[in-house]
Amino acid sequence: MKDLERISNPFNDDKVIASCSIFGAMSLEGRKFSGKDIIRAIANMRDRGNGQGGGFAVYGIYPEYEDLYALQIMFQSRAAKDDTESFLKEYFSIAHSEEIPHREPKNISNPPLVWRYFVEPKRMEQRDLSDDDYVVEKVMIINTRIEDAFVFSSGKDMGVFKGVGYPEDIGYYFCLDEYEGYLWTAHGRFPTNTQGWWGGAHPFSILDWTVVHNGEISSYGINKRFLEMYGYYCTMHTDTEVVAYAIDLLMRKHRLPIEIVAKIFAAPLWEEIERMPEKERRLYTTLREVYGSLLLNGPFTIIIAHRGEMIGLGDRVRLRPLTAGVKDDMLYLSSEEAAIRLICPDLEKAWIPKGGEPIVGRLGASEVIHKKYEIGIA
Amino acid sequence: MKGIYLSKNGRVVVDAKDIYYRDLNRLLQKIFVERHPKVIELRNVTGQRYIGTRIRGEVEIDIFGTPGSDLGAFMDGPTIKVFGNAQDGCGNTMNSGRIIVYGHAGDILGMSMRGGKIFVKTDIGYRGAIHMKEYKEKIPVIVVGGTSQDFLGEYMAGGVVILLGLNNKSHRATFIGTGMHGGRIFIRGRVEDYQLGKEVGLEEPNEEDRKVLEENITEFCTYFGYEPSEILKGPFIKLYPKYLRPYGRLYAY
Repeated sequence: MKDLERISNPFNDDKVIASCSIFGAMSLEGRKFSGKDIIRAIANMRDRGNGQGGGFAVYGIYPEYEDLYALQIMFQSRAAKDDTESFLKEYFSIAHSEEIPHREPKNISNPPLVWRYFVEPKRMEQRDLSDDDYVVEKVMIINTRIEDAFVFSSGKDMGVFKGVGYPEDIGYYFCLDEYEGYLWTAHGRFPTNTQGWWGGAHPFSILDWTVVHNGEISSYGINKRFLEMYGYYCTMHTDTEVVAYAIDLLMRKHRLPIEIVAKIFAAPLWEEIERMPEKERRLYTTLREVYGSLLLNGPFTIIIAHRGEMIGLGDRVRLRPLTAGVKDDMLYLSSEEAAIRLICPDLEKAWIPKGGEPIVGRLGASEVIHKKYEIGIA
Repeated sequence: MKGIYLSKNGRVVVDAKDIYYRDLNRLLQKIFVERHPKVIELRNVTGQRYIGTRIRGEVEIDIFGTPGSDLGAFMDGPTIKVFGNAQDGCGNTMNSGRIIVYGHAGDILGMSMRGGKIFVKTDIGYRGAIHMKEYKEKIPVIVVGGTSQDFLGEYMAGGVVILLGLNNKSHRATFIGTGMHGGRIFIRGRVEDYQLGKEVGLEEPNEEDRKVLEENITEFCTYFGYEPSEILKGPFIKLYPKYLRPYGRLYAY
């Protein structure tokens, strides 16, 4: 614990003031760029975290295995790896597997073993389950039944890299400056309710859905129980995990657009709903009735990503910050504007979105989708 | 200590690139005490926090880049000019001096502010002037050229907020003045009843209010190049607290 104190409170302050940092960058044209600038940007917000978690999600990094699920799995013991591999062999054809390349750790200690497997589902008897559902089911089995094995990510042509440490040290460890993707998200953690551990770092992910989060989801209990009814099991001891599964359920399985999902997570207040025209009032009332258990309570700002899309969303009364910026084909989302300006000083515009209104960057779209009346558009 | 500074035309110029905020603020103090400059110019500022804190006295600090959160926190005297946008917590518990932002500012602008003035060219985020206060002749003032997001003047205990709605900006903020129990908010333009907190009343500005508006809007215009007489035509509304202790009966039995 002494070491921890030295790292998280180097100036011997009475109270360490911090909060998570989140960052995202996406080229709407699908142009790929290295993780170098993303690491610089998230490192610029170092004071928001305390070295107890850092991580990245990146899309477009495995074009040679584009059609295969890339399972990135962390093992806390050799046995976990053996058990997981025999499980994988039974249910998947493995096209390629390797340890995720890394450098000698700098400022991080006891990194676990992290491997990646490019796999295709082995469909023998299988019921009428989609490939995606099949993968979700198997990921849940690994997370809940195989001891010391946790799946970091399980999507196609993307990956999650995370661990305990400052994000810039995690980025260095996993050589993320050598990867190129068209969409990156990043997170620096200041854990509030649970311990810092490798699986508990952000991003949280299922299939190609990832989420980084600043805040505290006080509805975790009710969200978790609701998701269990649909076969999602929370094993990472961190509130953010529920967002990843909720997104998968709502957007992939229930096929709801993000504009609606945003209104489930950050539902308009009842008094706001009362002022709406009849049609909208019915819609928002229905949403609150059907999906009330997925309302995210408490302060949050999240960046959600999946293949081809990046979404920023804050809670209704904005208890956590989010700034957006655009320049040419690039969309940036960040806890602080300074981090965006560091890597892109000449933004066309920077603005502060209204709480509960999503900012959406979509691959191939000519511009970022957002409500036009946000604050701070000059 | 890291950081090289050089003087030109009576200005001290500091390149803040890659300087940690603690070192930068220490450097500013040192420059202020040792050189008594009229203007300190900070270039390449990228998120360093608390700029202007612990500098007591008159000096202008020109900031190029994006200063970090809590700009001018507890500030006592200096004038800060931001040639860009300000992040959250700008003017936190500020005591005296000026902050002039040639762009927009983030959340909780002027939180617990107790003196001095803040001028923002465009808009501000949530909870501007939260728990701002006043005492005798120390009356803090915030003037915003555009509009604000929700909870403007939340728990406000004193001071003056002026929202100008320039360039035909409509005011969409809700919960304005929630928990307000002191001070005044002036809004140029319209707000609907539902946008107001339960604790505020609405009336026309009186003679004394007009003087406050004129003085502060004239100063606003000197920074951002607007014509005061045009803006002063209004129409203005005034929000005032209906009760001194809105929650007095809530927790006491």
